[in-house]
Amino acid sequence: MKKLYTNREALLCALIIIMALSVGAFADDFLSVGNLLSVYNDTSMLIILALGQMLVIITRCIDLSVAANLALTGMVIAMLNSSYPDFPVPLLVLLGAGLGLCMGMINGLLVWKLSIPAIVVTLGTMSIYRGVIFLLSDGAWVNAHEMSATFMQIPRATFIGIALLSWASLITIAVFYYFTRYARTGREIYAAGNSPTAAFYTGIDVGRSQFIAFSLSGLLAGLCGYLWVSRYAVAYVDVASGFELQVISACVIGGISIMGGVGTVTGCVLGAIFIGVINNALPVIGVSPFWQMAISGAVIVLAVIASSRAEQKSGRIILKQTMLATSK
Amino acid sequence: MQKITAHKNSFSNFTFSLKKLPWEFFLLLITALVFTLSAYASPYFLDVWNLSDATFNFVEKAIVALPLAMLIICRDIDLSVASIIALSSVAMGFAAQYGFAIELIVLIGIGVGMLCGLFNGWVVTRFDIPAIVVTIGTMSLFRGMSYILLGDQVLKDYPEGFDYFGQGYVYWVFSFEFMLFLVATLFFYFLLHKTNFGRRCYAIGNNPTAAFYSGINVKRHRLMLFVIVGALAGVAAVLLTSRLGSTRPTIALGWELSIITMVVLGGVNILGGSGTIAGVFIAVFLMGIVTFGLGLLNVPGIVMSIIIGGMLISVIATPVLIRKFSQRS
Repeated sequence: MKKLYTNREALLCALIIIMALSVGAFADDFLSVGNLLSVYNDTSMLIILALGQMLVIITRCIDLSVAANLALTGMVIAMLNSSYPDFPVPLLVLLGAGLGLCMGMINGLLVWKLSIPAIVVTLGTMSIYRGVIFLLSDGAWVNAHEMSATFMQIPRATFIGIALLSWASLITIAVFYYFTRYARTGREIYAAGNSPTAAFYTGIDVGRSQFIAFSLSGLLAGLCGYLWVSRYAVAYVDVASGFELQVISACVIGGISIMGGVGTVTGCVLGAIFIGVINNALPVIGVSPFWQMAISGAVIVLAVIASSRAEQKSGRIILKQTMLATSK
Repeated sequence: MQKITAHKNSFSNFTFSLKKLPWEFFLLLITALVFTLSAYASPYFLDVWNLSDATFNFVEKAIVALPLAMLIICRDIDLSVASIIALSSVAMGFAAQYGFAIELIVLIGIGVGMLCGLFNGWVVTRFDIPAIVVTIGTMSLFRGMSYILLGDQVLKDYPEGFDYFGQGYVYWVFSFEFMLFLVATLFFYFLLHKTNFGRRCYAIGNNPTAAFYSGINVKRHRLMLFVIVGALAGVAAVLLTSRLGSTRPTIALGWELSIITMVVLGGVNILGGSGTIAGVFIAVFLMGIVTFGLGLLNVPGIVMSIIIGGMLISVIATPVLIRKFSQRS
């Protein structure tokens, strides 16, 4: 079983390399170190959000509100910065992460304490968070000239040749790698998603695990709220609208099972990079950006078909065979 | 698993214990309340023509919500409905450009919708993949295809007479769209509550394995439901395209979420197994009235989304809270 999933990640990795090489054949510059770093930098926020989403999906839930959460914290921070330019930016980042955490906790509490299905909760909070942005900003934009220089510089600043935005995602990956493999809470999240009943009997509070997953997803969305607004130097109501679906797509391509309990940090990151490479490669090889959406859609469908075929070989074979035999 | 709603004989078994009241009664009460409040708040609310105009804003979504309710009762979901609307609208636009007859354009619109539904259903049932993942994928796929076909173009060469579906009136204030919605509601009411096909939906939604062993062809049933949802998305595309008179790739963007909100608000359990057409029917009007009433009070659309979102959560949370509270006392 374990071999299967490592294989899957190796496959995805090979696919990404083949893709990058074939794009490199069209345009030499694509494979330069500088460009590869900038592709990674472009994908950083997708990676961070996908890691949070991964935890939520592993607990058999789904978080549709990440993009709205990101946009709301981004707006709050941008407005604070434009009104009080002297307010220290690191504190602002912490504030954003805290605000995101609170919004994630609201989702988590509704799922945990009221046992409302996650898709309903986050569908609701998604439109609520978006609406609140409008209430706060009155539909106005916060533009680059209203933000302070440090506010916009931090994600662009480099450390050992790598932008801080990329560092943020690298650190998140490292923390999540440790958290999902070695931390007790992280293992509980897998247990809760894999078999809630068994987890309950071993003394794991399934609802609490879901709450933690939602909180972490919210925290990362809040962090990305700052990163997004300062990177693109603009905040408005529709920031990152529809981005939640790209985040979920990254998880699905990365082999995180929507049925819960299965998924690795490596797969998740590779899934996000896969989408990032496609998004950055299309303009390079001269394909109209209108193709981007259809291609990522087709990739998702193919990826889930491929993984379902891999899973069908193991698992409950007897029942599957009767089903196949009788349904034809 | 405790069910949120009580279903059998939803309108005949009124007992005055709060726990046993059907969901539909609860919804009807809120709807009546919102209706009365809106009528007080704005003098323009109770005008038949205003009310008739207001129906245009939700009827197209509501027509897709009806079959989607059946699909969700079956434990499946279709997030690609809005993208199907876009793709079939694009197909109709090209058909109109080639100068096809109106009947043919409509057939093409519905046909493309059915094909999309068939594809969704085929992938879900053939490969045993959760519908939510597949339709997240096809959501980008179908919408992406309309972007590829259309780019930044607009299609608007619709023949004369095509505007009847979205703008015409059958009699007095009753628009064609609205009457079609009423007919569709009756149709799906009979399909879900009075036929074998409908009973099988509940059976599959409650326990797919048991349904399979009791002789239901589960896969074929789910496949058919996906096709029906696609067909009705095609119908919605006809109505919307005819009302707007033009097609862009962004048509009906984000509609899947409001359509699902209608279904869930209507008391359909998102985990499958329970729900009624009557509930969805009332929820459609509740959302329509709230949107219209707030619109008359000059509340911007994005603020309405706060109210709709809050309504969605609180309407689902209230029965849970009541149950928790009554269990304690």
